[in-house]
Amino acid sequence: MYNGGKIIAGLVIFFGLLTVPFFINAVKPTSGANPSIDTPVINSLDTKECVKPADYMRIEHMKVLDEWRDEVVRDGDRKTIHVGGKDFQKSLQNGCMECHSNKKQFCDECHKYAGVKPYCWSCHFVKEEGRI
Amino acid sequence: MSVDRRKFLKIAGLASLGLALNPSDFILMSPAEASSGKSLPSSGERLGMTIDVRKFKNDADYQRIIDACHSIHNVPTLIPEKNDIKNEVKWIWTDTYGHTFPEQINEYHPQDIKSKKFPLLCNHCDHPPCVRVCPTKATFKSKNGIVSQDPHRCIGCRFCMAACPYGSRSFNWVDPRPYIAKRDPSFPTRTMGVVEKCTFCVERLAKGLQPACVEVSKGAMVFGNLADAHSKLRRVLSTHYTLRRKPAVGTMPSVFYVIGGQDYAG
Amino acid sequence: MLDKALKGSKRYWTLVVILLSFITAGFFAYLHQFENGLGVTGMSRDVSWGFYISQFTFLVGVAASAVMLVIPYYLHNYKAFSKIVILGEFLAVAAVSMCMLFIFVDMGQPMRILNVMLHPTLNSILFWDAMVLNGYLVLNLVIGWTTLHAEKKETAPPKWLKPLIYLSIPWAVSIHTVTAFLYAGLPGRHFWLTAIMAARFLASAFAAGPALLLVLALLLRKYTKFDPGKEPIQTIGKIVTYAMIANVFFILLEVFTAFYSNMPGHMHAFEYLFAGIDGKAKLVPLMWTSIILGVASLIMLIPPKFRANENILRIACIFVFFSLWIDKGFGLVIGGFVPNPFGTVTEYWPTLPESIITLGVWAVGFLVLTVLYKIVVSVREDLGTAKSEY
Repeated sequence: MYNGGKIIAGLVIFFGLLTVPFFINAVKPTSGANPSIDTPVINSLDTKECVKPADYMRIEHMKVLDEWRDEVVRDGDRKTIHVGGKDFQKSLQNGCMECHSNKKQFCDECHKYAGVKPYCWSCHFVKEEGRI
Repeated sequence: MSVDRRKFLKIAGLASLGLALNPSDFILMSPAEASSGKSLPSSGERLGMTIDVRKFKNDADYQRIIDACHSIHNVPTLIPEKNDIKNEVKWIWTDTYGHTFPEQINEYHPQDIKSKKFPLLCNHCDHPPCVRVCPTKATFKSKNGIVSQDPHRCIGCRFCMAACPYGSRSFNWVDPRPYIAKRDPSFPTRTMGVVEKCTFCVERLAKGLQPACVEVSKGAMVFGNLADAHSKLRRVLSTHYTLRRKPAVGTMPSVFYVIGGQDYAG
Repeated sequence: MLDKALKGSKRYWTLVVILLSFITAGFFAYLHQFENGLGVTGMSRDVSWGFYISQFTFLVGVAASAVMLVIPYYLHNYKAFSKIVILGEFLAVAAVSMCMLFIFVDMGQPMRILNVMLHPTLNSILFWDAMVLNGYLVLNLVIGWTTLHAEKKETAPPKWLKPLIYLSIPWAVSIHTVTAFLYAGLPGRHFWLTAIMAARFLASAFAAGPALLLVLALLLRKYTKFDPGKEPIQTIGKIVTYAMIANVFFILLEVFTAFYSNMPGHMHAFEYLFAGIDGKAKLVPLMWTSIILGVASLIMLIPPKFRANENILRIACIFVFFSLWIDKGFGLVIGGFVPNPFGTVTEYWPTLPESIITLGVWAVGFLVLTVLYKIVVSVREDLGTAKSEY
């Protein structure tokens, strides 16, 4: 190969740099994410039941929100969801956050761990923020 | 689960790109329809409003409807004195007769008409140019006639602002949050870089309430279904002389202004 | 062939470094805008499009003008353009790249740009504009690159290229027509609501684009071994002359309709641009500069004797370019927003960050152009065919 040695050395350095974040994260100690559901509203519930099972919500909550958003904003379909003797609004701010009022310990906890920055919060907010 | 249904619909939608066009977007009025104002549908729902400016007696009457709207919708207040007027966001505001109806003013109008303030808001047109131009369907026409906004989808191209003949649209040139004195926790704010405007209080209508401005207008504003011949709105329209803004552009606004003179009999 | 762009003279690298420094400045200014919003620009609620969109509009014209070389060469077998046609195609590539960047820097939510594809909206002209611009970029890149590659191998271009070249002709017309439709279909903007908009756009494009190309070709002759030849330069001069006359004629048609009809809405934008309204007259000096440059250019272009002199022709083309840049790259867009829908005047002037970003985007375009032209020139220098026999 023409200039083979240089090319291979270059490739090794390139992939080394490319994969640096993985190696750093692999050795970095982490405690994992422990989202808390310790809020006054949730504690007062007899049956602690969300609109879907926790396992499902953990993986699919963003899709559920995406779907609600289109149904409410675009189709004007605001039918509430009846679960465990309670009606839930299809709304991040007026639905989810009614129970999960602890954004920091619930939402941010996992989002930070997963390294995602959902842009929900550039418009939606929790009640405490609103009172400022 | 409907997550899958949604996914399917999205794929189907993309696949049928050629069929994605809503033919009603292209149906234009016939000239006769435009001149006779016959576009009022006789069935279904088409929400509209009359504004009787005679019933606004003082500045407080105007300020009340503006505050009612802007406070519950988290509309930022950008202060003109600080030279941030260019970044202004407003859903409902006032201007003079000449600015409201720039093609319908003459110098012999009574002084009280010329100096009267007129509330301005989105006209929720029958043929909204903003909807026609939006490249992402972020602004769209709902079945009930409301020109709706989906800020999640807005890319901030501002084509709708160029298209609106009424200057009803505002863009978030800066992050609005620092300019909202007190946020209403039941409504989101907007983010930098998206367009917003009046929504006829779609979130209140869902609860069976009237739009916020109508509710506090002390009867000066009447809201209802233009398609319902027996609605209070139609009664006001059939007994008063009303104007719509810029009729020549063929948009057919749903907001009517009761200008002056006597009530018609009936 | 890209390797040709990596070996160059000191002068070439100096130009590259200068352009890169402008791009860097533009990039940092864009980061500032990205962080703080489009509020850092001079745009406002009333003048909601400014420098970015007007540059975009102007550059779509420059891109479309490649067709003024493609038609004579490929449809009329005008051999004198054989050396220069690729300069037109690569100028189109650079111009469309700038167009896309100007759209991008103008967006309030640039991260959501793919929404245009995810939610295709066929009734939006902007959707179509995105489609035709992307198509035009690919067409010109493929056509230019393939012909140059064939030239380098001293073979005939592949057969499949011909249909693409023919396709690029109506496509060029389409990009500027669709761009004109962005404006000409809005019911509330009198200044833009004119059936002649697309025709006017094409006329001004076919003047400004070839004018720029002529100046670039002469620069290449001065600083490289490339020589476009005498005849092609004269022919381009003629194209610029006719297109500029058509453009001025179209503008005069607009002026007649506005002022003879005496319709206030149609007169207002002209009044604002050329006289000012209520003492608000920021654009007046610029617009008159455009008129003076335009008239002066016609005086130099129309008499064949003047035009035959390359020095005069070069100055005339520079005048044409700047006259039309002011007219279309500034006045046309701003004039449409003034007066606003309430009949009042809000003025616009670009801010510093906005100007730096604009310069940065132009620098990207010129860097693309420099690299592509460098490759063309180097390939021909190697072959010993850099000099035109016309």
